[in-house]
Amino acid sequence: MNLAWIPYLIAAVVGVPAVLVLYILATDWLIRRLPDDLQPRLRPWVWVAPALVLVTALLIYPMVATAWISLLSKDGTQFVGLANFGHVLTDNSVLIAIRNNIYWLVFYTGLVLVLGLILAVLADRVPYEGPVKSLIFMPMAISFVAAGVIWRFMYSYQPPGAPQTGTLNAVWSSILQQQPIAWLIDHRVNNFALIFAAVWVWTGFAMVITSAALKGIPPELLEAARVDGATELQVFFRVTVPLLAPTLTVIGTTLVIFALKAFDIVYVMTGGLYDTDVMARRMYGEMFNNQNFGTSAAIAMLLLLAVVPVLIFNLRRFQFQEAIR
Amino acid sequence: MNSSRLGRLFSVAVLFSLLMAACGPASSSSGGKHLDVIATWSGDEQKSFLAMVKPWEDRTGNKIDFESTRDVNALLTTRIQAGNPPDLAGLPGPGQMAQFAKQGKLVALDSAVDMSAMNSQYGQNWVKLGTVNGKLVGIFIKASIKGLIYYDPKNISSAGVDFSTPPKTWDDMVTAYSTIRQKTGQTPWCIGVESGSASGWPGTDWVKDFFLRQAGPTAYEAWGAAQEPWNSPEMKTAWQSFGSVVNNPNLTYGGKNYVLATSFMTAFDPMFQSPPKCYLHHQASFITSFFTHDFPSLQPNTDFNFFGFPDINAQYSGAQVVAGDLFGMFKDSPQARDFIKYLTTPDAQKIWVKRGGAISPNKLVTLDNYPDSQSKQAAKLLLAANPPEFDAGDLQDNALQKAFFDGMTQYIGNPGQLDSILNHLEQLRTSGA
Repeated sequence: MNLAWIPYLIAAVVGVPAVLVLYILATDWLIRRLPDDLQPRLRPWVWVAPALVLVTALLIYPMVATAWISLLSKDGTQFVGLANFGHVLTDNSVLIAIRNNIYWLVFYTGLVLVLGLILAVLADRVPYEGPVKSLIFMPMAISFVAAGVIWRFMYSYQPPGAPQTGTLNAVWSSILQQQPIAWLIDHRVNNFALIFAAVWVWTGFAMVITSAALKGIPPELLEAARVDGATELQVFFRVTVPLLAPTLTVIGTTLVIFALKAFDIVYVMTGGLYDTDVMARRMYGEMFNNQNFGTSAAIAMLLLLAVVPVLIFNLRRFQFQEAIR
Repeated sequence: MNSSRLGRLFSVAVLFSLLMAACGPASSSSGGKHLDVIATWSGDEQKSFLAMVKPWEDRTGNKIDFESTRDVNALLTTRIQAGNPPDLAGLPGPGQMAQFAKQGKLVALDSAVDMSAMNSQYGQNWVKLGTVNGKLVGIFIKASIKGLIYYDPKNISSAGVDFSTPPKTWDDMVTAYSTIRQKTGQTPWCIGVESGSASGWPGTDWVKDFFLRQAGPTAYEAWGAAQEPWNSPEMKTAWQSFGSVVNNPNLTYGGKNYVLATSFMTAFDPMFQSPPKCYLHHQASFITSFFTHDFPSLQPNTDFNFFGFPDINAQYSGAQVVAGDLFGMFKDSPQARDFIKYLTTPDAQKIWVKRGGAISPNKLVTLDNYPDSQSKQAAKLLLAANPPEFDAGDLQDNALQKAFFDGMTQYIGNPGQLDSILNHLEQLRTSGA
């Protein structure tokens, strides 16, 4: 067996933190030799410098480079201005991908949030809360790719009359006596079939976080509402949900970002065929199949633009929370 | 612990880890060289390739590290971009090979292989297809014959059809499948085009067969060279000829949903069920290994047999679509050169041929090397093909080929869109995609 990687592993595990600590010790030694009034102003910058270097190299530089590539021709040799964006935004199949991303935004985010909230509230009231929550959380341990493979089996299709090998069609045709549906091909249902597979994976996450926030609500508040004569539904909508709002917003923004960068499930289950393509899959296709770097970068920039409002919202909320602390 | 002691401790740790890293590579090399090889072969095909590799490994002491991938294009593009290509790889097709060659990524093989042996042992077309700008950059290590029509002889005769002399013309074929439909009430054809990111390709094989036999080899070669308009009447006729089978739920098992949802690897299953749900299956010669994978008891000749795609226009009789697996070198080394030279030899290619599922493009691999009468028959068809025309889809560049596949799935799902699909393909061709 080839064990050549072990020294590298040790070097990485021991070496990287060691170098960082050495950096701090060395720079601090230098700073302490500077005039007293300069020290407190310089120190934070020196401490944050490694992070800034990493962020610049791994985030800002690729972003600027992508923006530049999006203005170049297919092979990156000529400047074509905004032609790639014009081409992308008039291409019918890209418009379908944008529509599908909106489906993902609305239905994936909405379903995961609502199901997570309902499950958290219901689980809170039963004695077997632990096992139930573990079961629902379990799919989180599965990668999207594996989930895609599992749900391909669930959605598998055989013609009417033949034994149905897919779980869903087996139930659908034998118990409900309906014609089997090609879940991944039929345009009426296929996008929702894909979204549901993703919902299955992420509902547990929303439930666990919501549940934790739920435990933080003082029972006295709920008691007070009940004493004042509120029904259970009123307590839920007027007391519980408003108190959970900050938590739900955090989960919501996380999910929105996931919906925008949806890729794995679509790639594994339909490859973006049958009008199920999404922007991230399309970006991959343009890059690795068509080797059209310009178009691919243009799609990446559109995705970036779509994420910006979410980021701004997140930052604002963060500042607001800092302010009220 | 004061800060200077902490500092010293960490300096020691850093020195130690640097030392470890420095002496790392020295301990790794032992014995022969390891060559990275990427290709799409998996399962039985992978085993056959490794069997082919084994004698070379034993002889030279080098080692092939084989990696199988279904998305070979993405993997190759990524690794080439990253400056970390494999030593050698199975290439997706001549079109993509030409792109890699023009980017200067493929190593010319003229000095690696024995060119005079290549020219005398390989058919002229095979050498030509591996050549870009006068340099040999790809070698074929196996070939397959496309557009064969498979059937189960026992079921066919009980359906009232006699294939002891195969249908000469497509009209005879239509008569045969109409008889099957009338006599059994079942759908004659089983078709499935699902294949991951390449879904649609089995349908495009039908279109190639129709086009070659309707429009002739000259037009077909123009198509392969991206000179034939996709929206020409001939092209549309070829698509519609396939449509007359695939879009008719009375002729194709399960209708369009089965065709689109079913993998080409299992699409034929209903043909071997009892009672059969279909009687005919159109596929390249490699498919027999999938037959026996799904139904291990099946025997060639008694349980499945085939004939070549029938003629349509008599003046193009004998034309045949063929395909093959290309192999190229990305990183030059004496070991890689020796390996690729070995792969072109009849001794190497015999190994895969004897294991089944491959036809050798090397003429020195004689018919008696083929394991059964069917593979002999397919090899004979390949030798007799006049002219052998390479898969026109594989000759296109990647973007166009993928669009051809995608367009096929769209056409099967919605035949009414044919004009817009063909116009879109033509737009891609003329924009020099």
